[in-house]
Amino acid sequence: MRNLLRWETALVFLLVVVALTGQVGTDGSFLSGGNLFYLGLDIGEIALIALPLTLVIVAGEIDLSVASVLGLSSALIGWLWNAGWPLETILPTVVVAGALCGAVNGLLVTRLGLPSLAVTIGTLALYRGLALVVLGDTAVADFPASYTSFGTTPVPGTGIPYPVALAAVLAVLFGVALHASSFGRSVYAIGANEEGARFSGIRVKRVKLSLFVLAGAVAAIAGIVYTFRFSSARADNGVGLELAVVAAVLLGGVSIFGGRGSLFGVIAGVLLLGGLRNLLILQDTSTEVLTIVTGLLLLVSVLAPSITRRVGTLRKAAT
Amino acid sequence: MTTQLTPAVTPPARRTAARRLTSRVGRVRELGIVVALALVVLPTAIVNPRFVQPQSLRDLLLNASIVALLAVGQTLVVITRNVDLSVGSVLGLSAFLTAQHFADNPGTPLLLGIGFGVAVGLACGFLNGLLVALGNVPSLVVTLGTLYVFRGIDYALAQGEQINAANLPDALLDLGSSRVLGVPVLVLVAVVVIVVAGVYLRSYRSGRELYAIGSNPEAATLAGIPVAKRTLTTFVLSGLIAGLAGALWVARYGTVDAAAGTGLELQVVAAVVVGGVAIFGGSGTVTGAALGALLLGTITSCLVVLQIPAFWQQAIAGALLLSAITVDRLLALRLAKALRTSEGTSHA
Repeated sequence: MRNLLRWETALVFLLVVVALTGQVGTDGSFLSGGNLFYLGLDIGEIALIALPLTLVIVAGEIDLSVASVLGLSSALIGWLWNAGWPLETILPTVVVAGALCGAVNGLLVTRLGLPSLAVTIGTLALYRGLALVVLGDTAVADFPASYTSFGTTPVPGTGIPYPVALAAVLAVLFGVALHASSFGRSVYAIGANEEGARFSGIRVKRVKLSLFVLAGAVAAIAGIVYTFRFSSARADNGVGLELAVVAAVLLGGVSIFGGRGSLFGVIAGVLLLGGLRNLLILQDTSTEVLTIVTGLLLLVSVLAPSITRRVGTLRKAAT
Repeated sequence: MTTQLTPAVTPPARRTAARRLTSRVGRVRELGIVVALALVVLPTAIVNPRFVQPQSLRDLLLNASIVALLAVGQTLVVITRNVDLSVGSVLGLSAFLTAQHFADNPGTPLLLGIGFGVAVGLACGFLNGLLVALGNVPSLVVTLGTLYVFRGIDYALAQGEQINAANLPDALLDLGSSRVLGVPVLVLVAVVVIVVAGVYLRSYRSGRELYAIGSNPEAATLAGIPVAKRTLTTFVLSGLIAGLAGALWVARYGTVDAAAGTGLELQVVAAVVVGGVAIFGGSGTVTGAALGALLLGTITSCLVVLQIPAFWQQAIAGALLLSAITVDRLLALRLAKALRTSEGTSHA
């Protein structure tokens, strides 16, 4: 636990360093309202999906299909819109479809006892494939401006983009669920020791299933956000985003083995990745540097606890 | 996992029954893929007889050979209960560097140039292995990180450049299209790697130890198996094979940019899982994994021949992967039941 706290402190420290160097390096434009607005837009979907994925990983599972669910929901929006459905009906339908995708993952994992890594690599292909079946390689872009403006305008009276406001509200909900409810404690218990959790009366399968359903539903919401932000419904929206989200969650200090991590750390991780990305773009640095930095950060985030542990044992051995 | 009940850890009294069952299920597994292959190929051949002509069969094998190679390396890693997600990036980096090496040094002997690509892969694999084995860090996270790092280095080195067939020596390009006794050279290379890795896993002490590590890492440590060293070796081998696959990629396609092999890791893991290698380690064969790669590649080709819209291909591949692991699981559950029964009779 102390290691974890230390990692989160380090993350916040890194965030401050990035913000300050950014501010100095760009002559004050990094922390300007306009730039922060775009930074927020840029990380909206990753922030959204990272929330339920944190719970999934804390419970000791993984969901690699989230980006495909995002693509499928985007394709569904385009398809249903072409079929003449009103958006008021389309959006709830899409979220339900996302929840169903999550339920398929969850049922395969909990009822058949299959490893979630294998299952969600399968559904990663399946859901992306269904998205292609639904919409092909066409794009649907004729959405009314009243919806697409959600992706380009701030919440009235504030400088906050709608996707970020949405992510913030969900972050509070997920934070309470994970850190201040019995449901959250059972998620940690399952991740730390699944058998122990079962013997202490936690309905392990049901909790896990609900986490996958949540991940699917939120990924679908992220699909809606993505579609309106670019005002384009395409089957290949968000390809490869799953790795970025997993990277953000792990960077946030969540253990891939489950049982450890906090939502606060994950939010710091998302901000750090988004801030670095934005800073590098402002500096006209090529995107490949960003790719390398993302990878290195991920490596450091897992190596750091391991190294501190090793130093700790060495110290203990010395005394 | 039921697969932990390999003969080596089963007490003598139950050994024969258990061994019979495990080997039967193992055989059923690879047979299952062959049957699935037949089920895919036969209807396609009936609809379009040209599908089974030598030329299209050659193309089929040629297309599958690079994924099959990567699947062999991945199998070694997965058997030890690890995973190597960086193979696509290693292939990309090796492909670009190999092509660049050939383009910059026109006189490079063929084998030396390919060896260069292999060395690039080996270095990448060594880094992965060091981080996993010595850093004591989960391989999923490490290789996800190096997936980004290697690909980023690839892009940084390429600077948006592309290396075309015109800049590559003919000897290399011939390698991609030439045949020995009607069989493409790339396929032969893949077969050699499969056979060597297969024999190693089956008959060598260190190969058997990989299964032991995957079945139960703690027990393997207690039994005196050098777990860290073996783990490092599997990552080095996986990187080495990915490096070789990168050099062959250049020979096959002739044009390389920094994006070569992007996203290939998921196809490779899918092939390995379809091929019956347990994702939690301890069981599986390289033959199965290579057949898995062939099956996935064949399905794609069949869908093209049957004129099923390309949009369906990915969905079908995903559905297939899911059914493969589901069937696998159900078989494993039955095996566990059968083993319990046979234990009961041997006690009586």
